[in-house]
Amino acid sequence: MRDYFLKFWEGLFTILIGMKVTFRHLFVPAVTIQYPSVKPQLPERERNRLYVNMDDCIGCDQCSRACPVSCIQIETVKSLPEEDLGKTSNGKKKALWVTNFTIDFAKCCYCELCVFPCPTDCIYMTDLYEFSEFERGNLIYDFVTLTQTEREEKKKNFEEFQAKKEAEKAAAAKKAAEEKALSQKDQGESKPDKPTDEKKGSD
Amino acid sequence: MMYEWLYDLTGSSILSMFIVSLLPLFAFILPFALLAVLAERKVSAHMQDRLGPMRVGYHGILQTIADIIKLLQKEDLVPSATDKKLFNFAPLLVFTGSYAAFAAIPFSGAFIGSQIELGLIYIVAVTGLVVAGILMAGWASNNKYSLLGAMRSAAQIISYEIPTLLIILTIVMITGTLSLYTLSELQTSFFWNWMIFGGPDTGLQKFLYLPLMLIGCLVIYISTLAEVNRTPFDIPEAESELVSGYHTEYSGMKFAMFFLAEYANMFAVSAIVAIIFFGGYQSPFGYLGNTLELQWLIPIEQFFWFTAKGLFFVFVQMWLRWTLPRFRVDQLMAFCWKYLIPIAFVILLFAGLISLI
Repeated sequence: MRDYFLKFWEGLFTILIGMKVTFRHLFVPAVTIQYPSVKPQLPERERNRLYVNMDDCIGCDQCSRACPVSCIQIETVKSLPEEDLGKTSNGKKKALWVTNFTIDFAKCCYCELCVFPCPTDCIYMTDLYEFSEFERGNLIYDFVTLTQTEREEKKKNFEEFQAKKEAEKAAAAKKAAEEKALSQKDQGESKPDKPTDEKKGSD
Repeated sequence: MMYEWLYDLTGSSILSMFIVSLLPLFAFILPFALLAVLAERKVSAHMQDRLGPMRVGYHGILQTIADIIKLLQKEDLVPSATDKKLFNFAPLLVFTGSYAAFAAIPFSGAFIGSQIELGLIYIVAVTGLVVAGILMAGWASNNKYSLLGAMRSAAQIISYEIPTLLIILTIVMITGTLSLYTLSELQTSFFWNWMIFGGPDTGLQKFLYLPLMLIGCLVIYISTLAEVNRTPFDIPEAESELVSGYHTEYSGMKFAMFFLAEYANMFAVSAIVAIIFFGGYQSPFGYLGNTLELQWLIPIEQFFWFTAKGLFFVFVQMWLRWTLPRFRVDQLMAFCWKYLIPIAFVILLFAGLISLI
């Protein structure tokens, strides 16, 4: 009998304790953050979307090689000797036209490994994390500042330059060969020719 | 009285009766349901340190209106294997059952749907219709979860009607009336005349009734809470076990009918507790209308006190819901048959003995 009443009293009393707790929480300020209008404070070293400052990029390809998932694609073209690409903010001389610099954020694992090797600190993490897309292709970001025609132009320029150089080289080689032949004819049979031949073969 | 006033105004007894019978629904239950659904979500949210609906309107006050518009647009699905007639009729019956209870509830001294002498028994009897509706819904859905929920609900409501009725019987024994209007009028003037403080009597009897009434109020509150199937007694629609019990298969407005009935029931039950133990529409400390000598102000004040008491008990229901976990079925039955009913019987016995003094 005593147990019965004790049980009843205990049940009632514990319910009142529970009600006290919930009533107190009724006036505790909510911990909810109203997300799109109020954004949570990000931690100090958060890792979000990458950004590449192309003014500073020297096209060294180190970030691409550091990437564990190969999401960074870089393509560079050598500049012509008469072109001046300026210097980066920390004093490095730029020598390459970057004609392609894409990061596929669908692949990116946000490991930040590409940030550390960069010699000019031009690739870094921003605080943007809201960039979902409906199509995967839209997640490929192109950072190159040149227009499409400029890129083509740079490539063509370099090819022409290369061709010109080749031609010059070929011409020079031909000329040299002719001169050699002439001198050989003049001298008749000569001994020092042989080592040069061997050298060429080994190359 | 509202009816007489409308009769004088329109000259047609049918029209005035119609208006009087529809008034609680459109002027009270629908706005109350809108408010209570929002309040439930807000109370639950704040008790869990959340914010609740915040997007629709200022702090989400239009959320329920948006929900109702959504429910109106929904397709009225009737699964192919159901018993169509019963399936379509069940929500109506459930809502009718809970709405019919409002006919006998005195909202203020000037507005009672029907001033019947057997008000208390009528309310208990007519809410029994809800059980039939719920069983019908569960059976006609042809879904094992629905049927389980309905069976549990029937068992629960029928069990918990016993302590409710025993306490009502005690009150009837003390006051000698079954009419809710007379019961409210008995507890007039100050709050120490309320039944919870021993009723309008004075002297030794009042002090002897006091502990009985305190426990009796607790018993009737718990048992009526169980009758409206709310947590901690929500095993008929236990989400984690039975999807959502007897209304699993319902969609759109039929579901809304069940929902509306649940909230109407919540208020009806709170109103009964308020009328029986807390003086109904009576003010706890006199009327402003009497001091200012404005007779027309009194019914409005009475309506205010009635809704305030009702809403307070609805709030306590919500408060309990977000405090306590759900009972197990055997615990539920044990609680009713081993604790509430014996206690109610003891109260009945002692109240009878005291009334003989």
